[in-house]
Amino acid sequence: MTLLTRIAPQLIALAALIALVSVFFPGFLAVEFSGGRLVGPVIDVLKRSAPVALLSVGMTLVIATRGIDLSVGAIMAICGASAALAISSGLGLAPALLIALAAGALAGLWNGVLVAVVGIQPFVATLILMTMGRGVAQLITEGRILTFTDAGFGWLGSGVLLGMPVPTWIWVVTAAAVALVVRRTALGLLIEAVGVNRRASALAGVNATVLLIAVYVASGLCAALAGIVETADIRGADANNAGLWLELDAILAVVIGGNSLLGGRFSIIASILGALIIQTIGTGILLAGFPSEYNLVIKAGLVLIILILQSPRIAAEWSLWRDSHRVEPRQRSRI
Amino acid sequence: MTRKTLMMTAAALAVSATSAMAEGEVVGFSQIGSESGWRAAETTLTRQQAEERGIELQFSDAQQRQENQIAAIRSFIAQGVDAILLAPVVATGWDSVLQEAQEAEIPVVLLDRQVDSADDLYLTAVGSDLVHEGEVAGQWLVDEVAGEECRVVELQGTTGSSPAIDRKTGFENAIEGHDNIEIVRSQTGDFTRAQGKEVMESFLQAESGGQEICALYAHNDDMAVGAIQAVKEAGLKPGEDILIVSIDAVPDIFQAMAAGEANATVELTPNMAGPAFDALAAYWADGTTPEKFIQTESKLFTQADDPQGEYDRRKGLGY
Repeated sequence: MTLLTRIAPQLIALAALIALVSVFFPGFLAVEFSGGRLVGPVIDVLKRSAPVALLSVGMTLVIATRGIDLSVGAIMAICGASAALAISSGLGLAPALLIALAAGALAGLWNGVLVAVVGIQPFVATLILMTMGRGVAQLITEGRILTFTDAGFGWLGSGVLLGMPVPTWIWVVTAAAVALVVRRTALGLLIEAVGVNRRASALAGVNATVLLIAVYVASGLCAALAGIVETADIRGADANNAGLWLELDAILAVVIGGNSLLGGRFSIIASILGALIIQTIGTGILLAGFPSEYNLVIKAGLVLIILILQSPRIAAEWSLWRDSHRVEPRQRSRI
Repeated sequence: MTRKTLMMTAAALAVSATSAMAEGEVVGFSQIGSESGWRAAETTLTRQQAEERGIELQFSDAQQRQENQIAAIRSFIAQGVDAILLAPVVATGWDSVLQEAQEAEIPVVLLDRQVDSADDLYLTAVGSDLVHEGEVAGQWLVDEVAGEECRVVELQGTTGSSPAIDRKTGFENAIEGHDNIEIVRSQTGDFTRAQGKEVMESFLQAESGGQEICALYAHNDDMAVGAIQAVKEAGLKPGEDILIVSIDAVPDIFQAMAAGEANATVELTPNMAGPAFDALAAYWADGTTPEKFIQTESKLFTQADDPQGEYDRRKGLGY
């Protein structure tokens, strides 16, 4: 299966969604160049999808090992809070970012050890940090929104580089780097092997424990980046709300990307497309100007339609139906 | 000074001290938690007010759980406190514990939120009128634009929450009959800074880059602070190109007002305890029963009201 056929359902869903949003908001695809940067709803989608896109990169790896990481939203809050605290106490940009990334890696390590060494089920192991993490973040910010004025840090959330928003660059580079590392080396294959059968892959010589810890650390680092972007964007660390429920959006992005929650084969690009689909729905609802009571219903409805159309059973039924209505049925592979 | 006048002064002082404040009373305070900066400020101010009045405050943080609050109230009753302050996390389920307090003859004062129980189960409730807050904000805009055309975008609070519903209603009441003011877009920003910014960006996109927006009404300051950044990034001047009015009066909005980037905010005072202690003092002194609802002032602050000074006064309160 080539990459294009793998991500075709997601591309089609995204295109259909853009067409649908354009019906309600005709200028959706309009992009203009003003003040040294590109401006338009599509650019907003590319910028606003940064947190979920970043989270979904890490989440894809975790889910490929048959795990799940519910704590990424809370890790975002912790990392955002530590970065904001560091920057407002005058530590400078580089140390603040290092502290935030270290906090994310540490949180990932905690999850990874609970899952891989202690042997707690991923759902439960990461649930611990999900509930506890926001409290940790609140301790860091002392319960208030920690506002800072550092322009360099703010640039990471709302700056522009070569005409595109900086958050967009951050997720594009992160996703490309991770995709290259897992696909140009055997790493991706090993992750899939652990996801399909941890015991068998361990017997085959894969160090499953280290690999499992590594994917949770990767997920923690992605969450740290997402937390940095969100904190920089509003120039303040909001421990109560930063990344709230985003773990669920990240899982949804992975699922819309056609990755199985049972582990095994995965595609980071497809998950990224899932994140873009979710953000297109969000931005589309805002632009279309429906009353806010409808937001969640519309989102749920569209997600449901996309998932139904992608379901293997529907696809199988569809190809059967199509074949039986052909004048000259050809030999086809049936999923 | 003669010995007689000295004694009279002393006696008068003693009388005024007892009537103004029952010194050394013990009051239990069951707080919801510390989920927002406003609530942290409310806790700080309640402690301050108690200290100023010489009241001993027993503080209990319920961490958003009603069962913790009920347990705290029962323990206050067992200790035999002189009064209980309760900021209820939810509206229902208080009947039996309020009944217990009543049987122990301990007055209960509700802070900033209401309960569904019969109103003879508590002494009084201190709170802000959320509809009135919206009206104050709306009236400011009516006066500010003085009859000129004004297309308003609105950032609502969490969909279905009572502050969102009431603040929307109040604003609409105030602009009713002023056909020059029209709400052209209204969406929820979930009371958060990040959502406020994102939704404002979409408003700006939808209204020709913001050229057609005259004012923003945000149901809380946090969303306004986020929206101000969105306006700036769109190359417009918040406070001039787009008027910004919001509610709550948290420190960050005063910083924005000092910079000329926000225009007005309506205070939701975190000092609910002051009026509560005043009502309790009168009750302890001679059994005066206060009104069932004590409305706090919804004060309007604009750029003319020394925003920098207000910021300095507030930033230490734990917002």
